[in-house]
Order: sequence, then structure tokens, then C-alpha cells
Amino acid sequence: MLNRRHLLGAISALAMLASAGAPALAQENYDIALISKGFQHQFWQAVKAGADQAAAEFGVNVTFEGPDTETQVDRQMDMLAAALSRQPDAIGFAALDSQAATPLLQQAEAANIPIIAFDSGVDSDIPLTTVTTDNVAAAALAADKMAELIGNAGKVAVVAHDQTSRTGIDRVDGFVNRIAEAYPDIEVVSVQYGGGDQLQSTEITKSILLANPDLKGIFGANEGSALGVANGKTELGSDIVVIGFDSGAAQKGMVESGVMAGAITQNPVGIGYETVKAAIGALNGETLPEIIDSGFDWYDASNMNDPEIAAVLYD
Amino acid sequence: MTDTAAPAQKSGIRISGAFHRLLAFSGLIALVVVFSLASPNFMQTQNILAILQATSVNGVLAIAATLVIITGGIDLSVGTLMTFCAVIAGVILTYFGLPLPLGVLGAILAGTACGLVSGTVIAKLKVPPFIATLGMMLILKGLSLVISGTRPIYFNDTPGFTQISQGSIIGALVPALPIPNGVLILFAVALIAAFVLGKTALGRYTFALGSNEEAVRLSGVNVDRWKIAVYATAGSICGVAGLLIASRLNSAQPALGQGYELDAIAAVVIGGTSLSGGRGTVLGTLIGALIISVLANGLRILSVAQEWQTVVTGTIIILAVYADILRRRTL
Repeated sequence: MLNRRHLLGAISALAMLASAGAPALAQENYDIALISKGFQHQFWQAVKAGADQAAAEFGVNVTFEGPDTETQVDRQMDMLAAALSRQPDAIGFAALDSQAATPLLQQAEAANIPIIAFDSGVDSDIPLTTVTTDNVAAAALAADKMAELIGNAGKVAVVAHDQTSRTGIDRVDGFVNRIAEAYPDIEVVSVQYGGGDQLQSTEITKSILLANPDLKGIFGANEGSALGVANGKTELGSDIVVIGFDSGAAQKGMVESGVMAGAITQNPVGIGYETVKAAIGALNGETLPEIIDSGFDWYDASNMNDPEIAAVLYD
Repeated sequence: MTDTAAPAQKSGIRISGAFHRLLAFSGLIALVVVFSLASPNFMQTQNILAILQATSVNGVLAIAATLVIITGGIDLSVGTLMTFCAVIAGVILTYFGLPLPLGVLGAILAGTACGLVSGTVIAKLKVPPFIATLGMMLILKGLSLVISGTRPIYFNDTPGFTQISQGSIIGALVPALPIPNGVLILFAVALIAAFVLGKTALGRYTFALGSNEEAVRLSGVNVDRWKIAVYATAGSICGVAGLLIASRLNSAQPALGQGYELDAIAAVVIGGTSLSGGRGTVLGTLIGALIISVLANGLRILSVAQEWQTVVTGTIIILAVYADILRRRTL
């Protein structure tokens, strides 16, 4: 009998501990649940850090949860269901699979819990707004940096991941349109798609370079494309200006060594911060824009070790 | 469900299998009481349904794992086999556009076939179960990705498909009790598995293999055949889990599944089934699976940080297995 009592005691003590550890909710404090696409990855921890920062600043309670990997769609549903049961004031949500989440999102809508989508967002009209990177503006910054580095004149090209995804379309348009508007002496001679695959992007880059020996620079529109462009440059011993997108250990290394002139990084801390801020705005009855830009930054060898830049780069 | 503890346990005042189940059950009740007191949002119909829904897939997988663990084996492939079966259902229903019953049948048969392969590798080729099913886990994970082209397969063209898990037959009759069909399927699988374990030859040999395989062999029984049958049965149960998860997500998610075997095994050991074989119950496993879901859900409702949720869950698992050790020490 002793054993049973010990065990039961231990279990209930643990559960008590857990409940005691939960933050006490003051009446006026908003309770906001963020369900993300991941938890352990540096990118998501950076999103969480931004959310915590906003929570401290605005005096609200924020929880942040996400499945262990971005494949565990059902675990994310369990998290969303538990968050709904908790009856938070608002929910921030980055869907792993928008379709699978639809029944629960409808439940939230019926319970009048505002939903703020973040990161890649939710493919549904239930969320009040989506906090995400303004990819058009981010690619326009890449165009400005390219112009600056090649002396505002010459031929450039773009290697992107695909022409169907939102990020693919926005980044190509953002870069090409900015060049057309602001830099009359720069010509975009080629826009090619390598599926974000490093090897395929390498081959594409080499063919562009061989076809255009006077090319000045190439913009790689996502991590895989950028790495491919840099590889192609190295393999042909070319000295064009390469501008990348996002970070990752390999890309950071290339920026550090100078193979890449620099890259655009999204701002995961900003995503977390703006999501919480938008949720508070929704609860205070503010009208939210359809898209909230979470910001982006340019990084190169000179600034990538600055604390505020290093914080948004990930391996 | 039937008490199918091995005869050795039935003696006297020692902590018996039945008592251990009581222990697990008391643990479940204690958790429910504590969470109910800690948060008014816990004991709400909608939340209880969410917990049951969250238990359905892991519960079914854990029942499959229970059968194998009672034989003294282990099945690490239950998670990716579930995914493989979901993908097969996707191929049949979405790629080929065949009717719903064929998709259901195909998923379950795919599970049975994979179980047959694992069982044969273990029984005939004498590859240890841990290695054989580790291999199967990876093979099935890879095949799911290959077959699906690494993209989710949606069931939008099979309107009735989401009803398998998300619909509610009971809710249609009694609107106040919208228990999802997935939960009914979990209970149905549990009843059938308990019946098989308690009342059939397959059940008797499952326990006998775990208690003393050599004795069974020496008494002239075709040990290999029964062992393969157990893995095949576990495989078909994984097929049911595949249908449940695909129906819940309205899609077969090909990359999902790895790691789910550990939650299933955790539910089995919390429920008092011995990892050394010969002893275990389906009811215990069901309670074990519920403990895991209640714990996860309750800690979330109390807004406990995710890092600490895993610490608490890990502690509960160790406590449960410690109870199992105490029980065996007193035998």
C-alpha cells in the first residue's frame, strides 16, 4: 500500500506543482496563445523571443507552443484545440496545413476569439490579419543593394525557387520592378527558376554566366537558390556580385568569406512581436491591415556580427 | 475488459497486474481532479472531446504496440506504418478515385502486409525485433515520401472521408454528446483487441511467447507462425490508426509519424504492460494513452511553458515504470 500512496502522492504533487507554476492571470491582462509551426528551431525560438518581448512591453500573458517538427500536423491540431479550451482572448496561428485546421478555426470564430495569422499564415479568411515578411519590399532592398554594388549600371539576373509560391512571385516582382523603376541603366537579362534546389540553381547560374559574360550580378531569391548561385560563381571562377536571401550556416559562411556580397534576412523576432501587438490591437477594436510587415534586414560581412543582426540570423 | 494477467501474478497480497491497472487508473483520476480544480476550462464538454480526439490515434497505435510488447518484442515501426497506410488510402481514393470502402480496406491490408513482413523477418530470419522494426520504420518512412512525392495527399474528392474520425454518429442521435467517431473506433479496436487477447488462441500464444517462448516451442507449437500473426495483427491495427489520422487531417501527411512510436510505447508502459513480455492489458494501455493526453492538454490549459510540459511528462513515465519494477520485485 505504501507504494501506491507514494506514487499517487508524487503524481498529484507534480500536477499541483505544474498548476502553481502557471502564471496567475490578472483580470485586465489579455491572454494570448501563439501556436507556431515549430518550437526548437532557432527561427521559432527567435519568433518566441519577439512574442515574449511584446508580452513584457504591453503587460499581457503570452504562451508559445509548436510541434517538435514541421511534419506533426496532428500535434499542432491538439495544441490548437487545447488553446481553444483555455478560452484565451486571442490566438496567433501559423498553420502547418491550413485545410486540417479549418474546423478548429471555425470553432474559434464561433467563440469570437480573434485569430492573427503569422509567418506563412493561414490559407483562410478567418484570420483578421497576417504578420509576415513583405517579400516585395525585401526583394526591392536586394535590388537597391545590387545597384549600389555594381555601380548603378550593367546586366543582372535572378535565380528564384519557383513561379507559383507567394514568396517566389513576390521576391522576383519586388526585385525586377525596383530595378525597372529606379535604375534605368541596369538591365535584368534573365529570371530563371531552380525549384530552390542548390544543384539545379548551380547549373542555371553557370548557363546564365556563360550566356552573359558581361553579367555584373545575380540575386538568389531563397536559401537554396542563393547557395546554388554562389556555387556556380565559384565553379566558373567568376567575380560577379551575389546577393542571397535568408540565412543558414552555409549562406552565412559564404557572406563571411565574401563569395556572397550579402543577403536579405527576414526578422523572426519581429514576426513574434508584431503578432502579439496585432492581437492586442484586435482586442482593443482597432482595424488591422490585411498584411502586417514584420520587417527585414540587409546583412553582409561588415554587420552580421552586430547583436541585432546576429539575433535574426539562424543556422 | 478481460483480466489477462499471467497466472504467476494471481498469488496473494502482492501488487498484482489488476492492482497496477488500478494504480494507473487512480493516476488518471488524480490528474483529472487536479486539472479540474486548477482551471474551470478543463472540465468542459468541448475540452473533454478534444482530449478524447487527441487520444484516438495514439491509443490505437498503443494497442498495436501492446500486442507486440506482450510477446516480449517491440515495434518501432507503428508510427511510420500508420503514415504509410494513410498514404495508401490517399493513393486509392485520391489518385485512383476509387470508392471509400476500398480505401479503408486498402489501408488496413497494407498494414497487415507490412506486419507480415516485420513478423517474418523477426521469426524466420531471426533479426531482433528492435532492429527489424527499426529497419521497417525507416523503409516505410521513405516509401511514404516516395509514393506521395513528399506532398500531402488531400481527400477533398472523397467527401465522406473526414467523417471516419471527425463525424459523430452519437452526436447525430444525441446532440448533447457529439463524441467523434474516431473515439468510438478507438474503443471498438480496444474491445476487439481485449477479446482477442483474452478469448482466442492468438491471445493465449501472445502471452505464452512473452512468458517462455522456448517452452512453447518445445511443446510442439509453431512459434514462428503465431509470432508472425501477432505482428500482422498489430500491422492491421496501425492501418486503422492511419485512417484515423488521415481522416482527422483530411490528408495523408507523408513526413509525419516518426517519433509517434515512442508515445505509443509510453502509453503501453504507463498502462502496466511489462516491456519484458508476458504481461499486459489493453485496458491499461487505454488508460496510459489517456494519461498522456490529459497531461498534455491540462498543462496547456494551465499555460505551462512547453519546455516544462515535457519534463512533467517524462517524470510521469519514469514513475509509472518504477511502479512496474516495484511490482515485479515483490513477485
